[in-house]
Amino acid sequence: MDRQILLKNISVPGISSFGPYKSSGGYDSVIKALKEMTPEEIISEIKKSGIRGRGGAGFPMGLKWSFIDKKSTSPKYLVCNADESEPGTFKDRYLMEHLPHLLLEGMIIASYALGAETSYIYVRGEYKYIIGILNRAITEAYSNGFLGKNILGTNYSLDIHVHPGAGAYICGEETALLESLEGKRGNPRIKPPFPALKGLYGSPTVVNNVETLACVGPIIIMGGEAYSTIGLGRSSGTKLISACGNINRPGVYEIELGLSVEDFIYSEKYCGGISNNKKLKAVIPGGSSVPVLPSDLILKTADGKPRLITYESLAEGGFETGTMLGSGGFIVYDEDACMVRNTWNLTRFYHHESCGQCSPCREGTGWMERVLHRIETGEGRWHDLDLLVSIASKIEGNTICPLGDAAAWPVASAIRHFRKEFEFHIANPEIVKDKNHGAIEKYINVRSAV
Amino acid sequence: MSGFKVNHKQYEKEDRKVEFSSGTIQKVRQIISRYPEGRSASALIPVLHIAQEELGGYLSVDVMDYVAGLLGLLPVEVYEVATFYSQFYLEKTGTYVIEVCRTGPCSICGGEKISEFIGEKLNIAVGETTEDGLFTLKEVECLGACGYAPVMQINTEFYECLTTETAGGIIDMLRKKGEKKEGSRWTDKFF
Repeated sequence: MDRQILLKNISVPGISSFGPYKSSGGYDSVIKALKEMTPEEIISEIKKSGIRGRGGAGFPMGLKWSFIDKKSTSPKYLVCNADESEPGTFKDRYLMEHLPHLLLEGMIIASYALGAETSYIYVRGEYKYIIGILNRAITEAYSNGFLGKNILGTNYSLDIHVHPGAGAYICGEETALLESLEGKRGNPRIKPPFPALKGLYGSPTVVNNVETLACVGPIIIMGGEAYSTIGLGRSSGTKLISACGNINRPGVYEIELGLSVEDFIYSEKYCGGISNNKKLKAVIPGGSSVPVLPSDLILKTADGKPRLITYESLAEGGFETGTMLGSGGFIVYDEDACMVRNTWNLTRFYHHESCGQCSPCREGTGWMERVLHRIETGEGRWHDLDLLVSIASKIEGNTICPLGDAAAWPVASAIRHFRKEFEFHIANPEIVKDKNHGAIEKYINVRSAV
Repeated sequence: MSGFKVNHKQYEKEDRKVEFSSGTIQKVRQIISRYPEGRSASALIPVLHIAQEELGGYLSVDVMDYVAGLLGLLPVEVYEVATFYSQFYLEKTGTYVIEVCRTGPCSICGGEKISEFIGEKLNIAVGETTEDGLFTLKEVECLGACGYAPVMQINTEFYECLTTETAGGIIDMLRKKGEKKEGSRWTDKFF
């Protein structure tokens, strides 16, 4: 359970530069793909590998590639989604900072397989220094013949450009990202048509996450079938998990899918347990959008099986007792965390980041933020909990893009699993008024019965 | 984006020349060339970053109109974009824009205290600029450095695993440094 694929060379000195990267076997996959394989063979290997999108949605990558409209006479585009903005997620930043060439390697093969001759990396505006790192790596790739005209003497030519965002979470949604890349506000588009038919500039486009693209090179080298045996069942391969919150060793870890959540949180190799010897209270395992689970349900499923880090195991129990793998951003809360305050904080985030296109999301996120804020500050009313659940249910599924769902799920799940804590806030305005920074656990047994 | 406050002001033409140097115009042309023929609108966000850096630290109406002219866009197409993205500033900012992360992971690791502390130290509220024009304090949403919480970003630089002591030290260091030196523009370094 500790196979390293993406980060195996992370400790090689100077690995972010072309020389050391190349001599550790880097770009071998490009040589293999461009010289020995047809685009169809590459797509077929990716399909066989079973790899699913690492950005959050978990859509099978090979299938996404196969949707591209090959017959279209318009140019095709590959766009790398490096707009990593999901709270709790910082794995792509780590990957691009230390292994920019691994991303380029994957992008060259992917662009070749899709028939794209221009590709873009859309980097969130906050990662300005990453833009510098990527541009340096791209220059190195050009001067070594891996980008530009007639790569490695073949007929294939490719240009890769970095495009900066400017601070907008919504641009991580693929159609909002494309709008932004076209120089517009990041308002998501109505699907269909999907980007594979009409994407960037109305042309067939594939948008893939940084980590997903970084897996392409290794898959081509080892073969799709070999990759599919790593991991567990339909969750093949390894995954970068970014761990943060109240843990001893926050950071980015590559795990083989199938590792147990308990091992991940408590093992010295990974998170190293809860900081200050406190108890675990709750975990959001896939970036802030996925449902939060209390300690017992994150360590074991409702029927007592150990919870594993796979797409399936984390989702087991549906939204009643389960959650999602999402982007792999683990946010760990200790016993002192105030779930009302944290839910309000995340809702404020979604309210701020709503693009404003769809009324349920634009208005609903603001209502939820205000209601949660009044509960948190001792102004809550008894019908507020039903009100919140009702607003959340009316946003969910009623918006163009999943930001609405992402805003609704944390609220619904926090109330589902920590209802007593919300009720305590409403019943004890005097206590919560001067105890704003959590630690309500000290007063009550907060876990509601599931 | 929601949360954006509209301050209605009478528009007055600025009493300065709003235009790029010839070197920057070169750079803008090079950026436009990254996109297909007829798609120069795609260069808008990168060019606005450059305009903000080079033409006064924020996007005034005159600056936005100038960029519109440069890229062959309607002024309103530029206003739409400039008001959507949180990294484009529509009001004058200090030399150092301090952006403290306030989202979940930073918040549970003490992010709120950092922003409170800096506000007290500089004697300004969130959103304000110090009188000497050196610092602007902002609270922003997730900066994508959650494992190193609490974090803040000052211009392009990330400062991580902050305590009130280290945050104070960083402010003192920047105050000593004073105004930015020529050639320190991130758009020159990174674009």
